[in-house]
Amino acid sequence: MKSAVVQLPGLNRDRDMIAALTKIGGKAPVTVWQTETEIPAGVDLIVIPGGFSYGDYLRCGAIAARMPVMQAIKSKAEAGVKVLGVCNGFQILLEAGMLPGALMRNASLKFVCKEIRLEVTNAETDFTRAYEKGQILRCPVAHHDGNFFADAETAERIEGNGQVVFRYAEGTNPNGSLNDVAGVINERGNVLGMMPHPENLIEAAHGGSDGRGLFASALDVIAA
Amino acid sequence: MTISNSRPITPELIAAHGLKPDEYERILSLIGREPTFTELGIFSAMWNEHCSYKSSKRWLRTLPTKGPRVIQGPGENAGVVDIDDGDCVVFKMESHNHPSYIEPYQGAATGVGGILRDVFTMGARPVAAMNALRFGAPDHPKTRHLVSGVVAGVGGYGNSFGVPTVGGEVEFDERYNGNILVNAFAAGLAKSDAIFLSEAKGVGLPVVYLGAKTGRDGVGGATMASAEFDESIEEKRPTVQVGDPFTEKCLLEACLELMQTGAVIAIQDMGAAGLTCSAVEMGAKGDLGIELNLDLVPVREDRMTAYEMMLSESQERMLMVLEPEKEEVAKAIFVKWGLDFAIVGYTTDDLRFRILHQGEEVANLPIKQLGDEAPEYDRPWREPSKPSPLPASLVAEPNDYGLALLKLVGSPNQSSRRWVYEQYDTLIQGNSLQIPGGDAGVVRVEGHPSKALAFSSDVTPRYVEADPFEGGKQAVAECWRNITATGAEPLAATDNLNFGNPEKPDIMGQFVMAIKGIGEACRALDFPIVSGNVSLYNETNGVAILPTPTIAGVGLLPDWSKMAKVGGARDGDEIVLIGIDGSHLGQSVYLRDVLGIVDGPAPEVDLVVERRNGDFVRSAIRNGQFSACHDISSGGLAVALAEMAIASGKGMQVSLKDCNGPAHALLFGEDQGRYVVAMPADMANFLCANAEGAGVPFRRLGKVGGSELVVDDLLSVSIEQLRDTHESWFPDFMDGSSNAAAAAE
Repeated sequence: MKSAVVQLPGLNRDRDMIAALTKIGGKAPVTVWQTETEIPAGVDLIVIPGGFSYGDYLRCGAIAARMPVMQAIKSKAEAGVKVLGVCNGFQILLEAGMLPGALMRNASLKFVCKEIRLEVTNAETDFTRAYEKGQILRCPVAHHDGNFFADAETAERIEGNGQVVFRYAEGTNPNGSLNDVAGVINERGNVLGMMPHPENLIEAAHGGSDGRGLFASALDVIAA
Repeated sequence: MTISNSRPITPELIAAHGLKPDEYERILSLIGREPTFTELGIFSAMWNEHCSYKSSKRWLRTLPTKGPRVIQGPGENAGVVDIDDGDCVVFKMESHNHPSYIEPYQGAATGVGGILRDVFTMGARPVAAMNALRFGAPDHPKTRHLVSGVVAGVGGYGNSFGVPTVGGEVEFDERYNGNILVNAFAAGLAKSDAIFLSEAKGVGLPVVYLGAKTGRDGVGGATMASAEFDESIEEKRPTVQVGDPFTEKCLLEACLELMQTGAVIAIQDMGAAGLTCSAVEMGAKGDLGIELNLDLVPVREDRMTAYEMMLSESQERMLMVLEPEKEEVAKAIFVKWGLDFAIVGYTTDDLRFRILHQGEEVANLPIKQLGDEAPEYDRPWREPSKPSPLPASLVAEPNDYGLALLKLVGSPNQSSRRWVYEQYDTLIQGNSLQIPGGDAGVVRVEGHPSKALAFSSDVTPRYVEADPFEGGKQAVAECWRNITATGAEPLAATDNLNFGNPEKPDIMGQFVMAIKGIGEACRALDFPIVSGNVSLYNETNGVAILPTPTIAGVGLLPDWSKMAKVGGARDGDEIVLIGIDGSHLGQSVYLRDVLGIVDGPAPEVDLVVERRNGDFVRSAIRNGQFSACHDISSGGLAVALAEMAIASGKGMQVSLKDCNGPAHALLFGEDQGRYVVAMPADMANFLCANAEGAGVPFRRLGKVGGSELVVDDLLSVSIEQLRDTHESWFPDFMDGSSNAAAAAE
């Protein structure tokens, strides 16, 4: 499995993501800069990490979604390559129209960084095969705009299709998100966006490794 | 049309620049003529208290700044300390008090930005931040507004920049009603052989301007920060800068990338007094002159005068001296990151600081004298008198020990700070081993299998007010103790000295005695001060803040898998007090918050005992003997036990039957040099024998278990109730519900 991490000015969890992919996949991902118009050949997983692309001074992810590199990511996604967007990466995928719904400011109107509980609501995706349906994971969040929203029709559709992959569980919804949605996949099942940070819970130093399964699934390195 | 630089220099203009008549006389005799308007601004920027340390310098020199691990002490952008394997930690703390009171969000945000820049200017990638915040009384009408603005500003900048905030302090006291304190700390990691300094070397080399464009924001900020406040404060809002963490993040990456190429000869960030201070510093340190052409400075506003450009405190800017043949390489890196890059001048051999603007020479000053010949004062000071002793027998016992404990854990100053730190990204970079809520923040050293750094920021202002000397000692000792409580070896510290108006002998006396105390403790604990900052004139309408010398320290853990935490206690563990029985209630929070009295002397710190007890605890942690460890500070043994119980979710059965003295002093006394530790029961005999052998006093207190904290028949409180009380004060306060409740009473 060859992975790539997209680097845009203002993203700041790229190093965390590179570390997670390297530790779990066994080799470092390639990095792709904002101005590049092609994703290196042979990449099977493209990750857009978290941060504050272009400062998020406009709507979160709005500028990033219009950078040249996003066209390249879109065409790879259309060709079936897996794309994972975490936090700001999720916001960017939404702004780019690659996922349904929108992310609004947290209901508290404040940035929130803490550990929450995450329910795996769909364990049959390429990103969640290492988990079981209904499994409750520990996972940190760190964001200001993670309040997922969709109109009634869209919400019904994605729920019906099993496109809601992760949900905040046990009353830990940190942002007011609709139906406790924490992560959403596209219909085809190869583009996943999520607010929580599984890359920050993968080893003893993090006090747990519940996030490993996501990368092990996406990188196809699930231990037998 | 040219922009005029001429303006008559009147006594009013001189006074408006914060320069005293005798200081102006000194300028006249240094340059032999009347200064131009721009020159007056430059002198005012270099000679104000904030930049020149004119009242404090003489006393700062007495602090210990050297040690076997110190690579760089005070005088550069930040201190540098060796952490083995060719790695070093670069750190500093700096205040942004005055701007944060005027404009809390931007004041706090740019405080964080400034300290991060100090760290990466030296070639280090920031890995940890802390913030020591002090606000007025909770019921003061401005307090909630200031808390919410400052916390959002700290978070807004640090979270976007991408540094974990791993520790800090938040306190309330009415003495900060008119002057809040925002002390920002940052630490970064670098290789010891790749540290960058501000000293320029070589004549005729390009001086390069990097980063954001220059605007009119912050003009005169440093001078504003060197004066007392009065009612006109609202008018000073334009002197506060505006932060742009996105540009700062880009600047960090661009600077680190550029440093790798070997192009950087000298680098200095533009902080207080912007272009003026940075250029003078680089030239004066390298015994070189600097010539700047302001027509080449990237600006974001039209028709800026030379005066405005020289005094602007626009953020996210750097000045560098570059290898001339690497100019193109450097430029390409900055273009890639979307930052301005402009050659704005050259180093010269004439030791003059020369500023050209629109073909005119608007300033021509002797560069060395601008810094070195700044006035220095030996201000008169008076040693404060000490409060008379307050034996515990003269202090009332509480009617109900359980209620007293709940009152303390749910009080404005002892309650949980979760409302604050959950607005900070504490986890980014993936190396945070301990986040706020324990004794110290701990961050592992990336790329090393076991090494980690511990950070703590401490001071107990009410002690310093009662006894500046003991209070200064205590600030250092508590910082050292908090770092020790994780198992780390305290290496060095940075100080952020916040006081009132030094022109008043009583305030100067607090300052002098606190420095003496800090110096004594740092020497006794081998804990040198490697960087720091002084913030004076924290007064409004003649009322000074509590003297607040914040000490932020760094410690090294060789193996983080053996680190201790506050919340590690397990059922069946034995609980042991390390140190003497509690006895000292003077200046305690029990006295203040339960009885409503402020009285008595501050607790004294016996530095020999402090060190002996701390060394013992550290060595036991490193040998894996403890499951939990917590230092005893405000609130004494009772609050320490409650915090351990809340953090672990385990009850405790404690008995004081073997202890000597009245129960309220045993439980709430704030005697120094003490820890509570929990360990597996089969370890306890061994540990106590060791303590006896080392001459360390100890007391076996009881066992971990159940769901209540029980102390003999004195108190029995459920962990649930302790936690709810501890957690609810801050959110209720910020909601306004506690104010409403208080008003209804």
